[in-house]
This record gives sequence, structure tokens and C-alpha cells, in this order.
Amino acid sequence: MATYSTSEFKGGLKIMLDGDPCSIIENEFVKPGKGQAFNRVKIRNLKTGRVIERTFKSGESVEAADVMEMDLQYLYSDGEFWHFMHPDTFEQVSADAAAVGDSVKWLKDQDMCTVTLWNGAPIIVEVPNFVNLAITETDPGLKGDTSGGGGKPATLETGAVVRVPLFVQTGELIKVDTRSGEYVSRAKEE
Amino acid sequence: MSPGPKKSELVNRLNNGKPDSGAYPAASLEMLRMRARVLAAIRTFFHRQGVMEVETPVCSRSATTDPAIESLVTRYTGPGAPAGLPLYLHTSPEFPMKRLLAAGSGAIYQICKVFRNGESGRLHNPEFTLLEWYRPGFDHHRLMDEVEQLVQALMSEPPAVRRISYQALFQQQLRLDPHQASAGQLRDCALNQGVSGVDRLDLPHRDAWLDLLMTHCVEPAMGPGLCFVYDYPASQAALSRVRPGNPPVAERFELYINGIEVANGFHELTDAAEQQRRFEQDLQTRSAAGQADVPMDGQLIEALSLGLPDCAGVALGIDRLIMQLAGAEQISQVLAFPLERA
Repeated sequence: MATYSTSEFKGGLKIMLDGDPCSIIENEFVKPGKGQAFNRVKIRNLKTGRVIERTFKSGESVEAADVMEMDLQYLYSDGEFWHFMHPDTFEQVSADAAAVGDSVKWLKDQDMCTVTLWNGAPIIVEVPNFVNLAITETDPGLKGDTSGGGGKPATLETGAVVRVPLFVQTGELIKVDTRSGEYVSRAKEE
Repeated sequence: MSPGPKKSELVNRLNNGKPDSGAYPAASLEMLRMRARVLAAIRTFFHRQGVMEVETPVCSRSATTDPAIESLVTRYTGPGAPAGLPLYLHTSPEFPMKRLLAAGSGAIYQICKVFRNGESGRLHNPEFTLLEWYRPGFDHHRLMDEVEQLVQALMSEPPAVRRISYQALFQQQLRLDPHQASAGQLRDCALNQGVSGVDRLDLPHRDAWLDLLMTHCVEPAMGPGLCFVYDYPASQAALSRVRPGNPPVAERFELYINGIEVANGFHELTDAAEQQRRFEQDLQTRSAAGQADVPMDGQLIEALSLGLPDCAGVALGIDRLIMQLAGAEQISQVLAFPLERA
């Protein structure tokens, strides 16, 4: 079992805590001049996304988490699992709904995603910050409106609903910021 | 001291507008100018007080036995030691300065780099600058007065100052008696205070639990200004004398500025036999914990047995003091070349 001592702690280090894989966000060394040393750590639980604080006695060892990030191509969903493929090795992995989380709204086949694997299995699926998606349904806007003020809801090919300007129509491709879920601009076919 | 530039300028100003590079200092040049002004002001202060500046060896044949402090060690080989001689880098100049006092030096001070293995972080750098001084005839309260005078002289505005015993501080902040509470009660207190991970912490002794409460609960609540904490538990006496009583207390103090530990002082232990007993106890603790065995300072014991005048002494971290004067968050912001750039 691989372990890390507290002196190896730094931002980004992946460790096991209470049975879950976690990533260190911040590590503070705390020590009175003539007393016990501690490491006061801010950690993100990679399965739940929650951030917690934890104090360790300096010199303690903590189990390492076998976590890695890979850029994988999204293939398809069978309803229960979302399947991804390594573009070079063609190796495939499948992620469950918990791992895909909110990313499901923006997942379009062929798109590249960053997938975090724990012991080889996906636990987090991250879509690119910007994706281009086609509008499958939106009310016809008023003719001549180019201001974009107000806007209207549009359903995208992935099922996500975003607010778009009135001049954007069904069938068009738009660029969306996946972090805020907001329309950015019209997009051109690649 | 003249106020100089604004705090934010000290921390943020780029070095003459040059891009950041690991080749350049971590501290701004403005900060380094301030360091120089602080060092000059300290020397002026002691010159006026009639305290003599001294220098003692950085490399010593003996080391601190304190289980909470690890020395760096190097090796001299050459005339006088053809087979090689391990030399310990001092973690504070305390022992040779006491040998000077025993020889009749009178009041002395030193500004020097000291070294501690394993200490690096927001408030720690493995080498840092200490100001250490000794006052024959002073007790720890009189020395606190002088520390206050010195720090006030370096500040542009007079700070809030308070003095509180270690016991009263814990009673006020945590409603527990640090002299009486058991390790279990201290642990429960940490749990109630919401210190995360306490249920899994395996600490070696009661004092370590007190350290946990001090660093995680008491220090963050100290607020701005100077806070002198005095009369420590006898188990944390280090090199201070213990005043008998119920409970007996160590005549030791610490200065916190804005909740950051900046100085540690003692009404100094002068009893050679007691000093030797503490060194031996330290070495046993070190050995039981699997820490490196180190040679104790026999010359200090001998100097004490020849007679150390009644005195008080204090060590003050210059880097952390400058951090507080400048409003810096990280020790690296006040050092030209911290560990990462050394």
C-alpha cells in the first residue's frame, strides 16, 4: 500500500480519507516554537465534491489514493452507463450516473472529456468549459430582433435547456459555457 | 522608526517592474529595505540601552535536546579533526550566550541566522533570523516590559497590548484549566471546538493536546495587537525556572502579534543539576520516540555550575516580526531567498 508522509503533502496530492479518494487543496504547517507540529489540510472529497478540513500530526503517514486524470472521448450512453474511449489505445471505461453528475447535460458523442479514475474506474467526468450544441427546439423569435435582450428558452440536442437571444432559431449550432450554463454565441459547423 | 511605504506596497510591489523569476528575491526590494531599517533600529535600541552585541558559533559540537526541535548537522574535517567532526547548526544561540553571561559579560544581544530541520510552511523557513537577548537581574515580567518597548519603537502606530497568564487565557477562551485538565478532557475540548480529525489524532502527551488547542483555537481568537502569555505549565518549562506553588508554573512567556507567535522568553534556569536532569529527560523522550540522539551541551552545564547570574532572556523571530509590521501573510514575502529559492 503506497503512503505519503505529511512532509509530502501539497496541493493536488491524492490521498485516501475515511475510505474515499480525496485531493489536497491547501496544506498548512502549524507548529509552536517549542511544541507539537501539525499539518492542517483542506481537502476535497473527489466522490462527493465536498471540501473539508483535517488536522494531522506531522510525521504521520496517510494512504495514497490511486487516482489519475485522462482525456477520453465520449461514445454513447446505454441508459445506465456512459461509455468513454481512450483515443489512442481504444480502451473503454464506463461511468455511472454519480460520476457523470451534472456533466450529463452537456455530453455529446465524440466530445473529449476529462475523466478522473480511481482504481481504474471513473469517479468524475468533466466536460470542456465550452461546447457547441444544436438547438432542437425553441419558439420562433420576433423578426428583426438582434439585441438579444430578454431571450427565450431553447432545448439543445443533449436535452439541456439554456436561455438564448430571440434571433437564434431551431437547428442552429450555439456555443455554451458549461460552468455557468449560459449561451455564449452562435457557432459554426466544424 | 519612520513609517516608510504603505503595507500593501511592501508586499505587492514588483522588483523594479521586472517579471517574476526564481532568480530574483521572493521579497520585494522595498521589503528588503524595510528589513534593513528594522535591523538598524534594533541595533540602535540596544546600543542606547547599553546592551552589547555578541556573536557565537553557528556550528557547535553539541545540540539542543528539545524533542520538539530538530537540528541540522554538518561535518568538519581538517586540522583538529582529521577523522571528521559532526557539527550541529544552532537552533538558537542560547547555550553559548549563557556561557558569556556566566563569564560576566553583562547584558548581551545577538542577531543571527538559526536553523531547524523539518520546518517549512507559511510561517516557517528552515533557516530564519533570531534576535536573542539576555538581561542580568531581570525576571520575565521586566523582560516583557523591554520586549514591549522594543516592538512599540518599531511600529508606526501604538498597538493594543495585553498580558495574560497561560491559565487565564485557556480559561477565558476554552473554559478549562490547562494545569488540571487531563489529556482526555483536552481532547474532548478540541472535539467540541470542531477541530477536524481529532477522533483520529494520536498525540503523545498532554502538552501536545495543549499545543493543538493553542494553535487551532486560542491563537486565531487573539485578535490584533500584542499579546504576552506568561507562566506556562511546568511540563513546558524548557529552559525556564519553575516557580513552586499549586500548581507550580514555568516562568516562561511568549509574545504573539496579531495571533502569530513571535517571541519566547524565560526567567532563566540557573541550577546546573536541574538543567542536566532536564537534558537527560529530553534525551530519554527522544530515544523513546525514535528521534536522533544528540550530544547534550556539557559546557553549558559546567558554566551553570560555575554560576550563571540571575537573568531573563528572550528569542524573537525577526522574519515574523517584519511580517507583522508589513502585513505579510507568508514568511517567504519577507525573505530574499526562502527555501524554494535558496
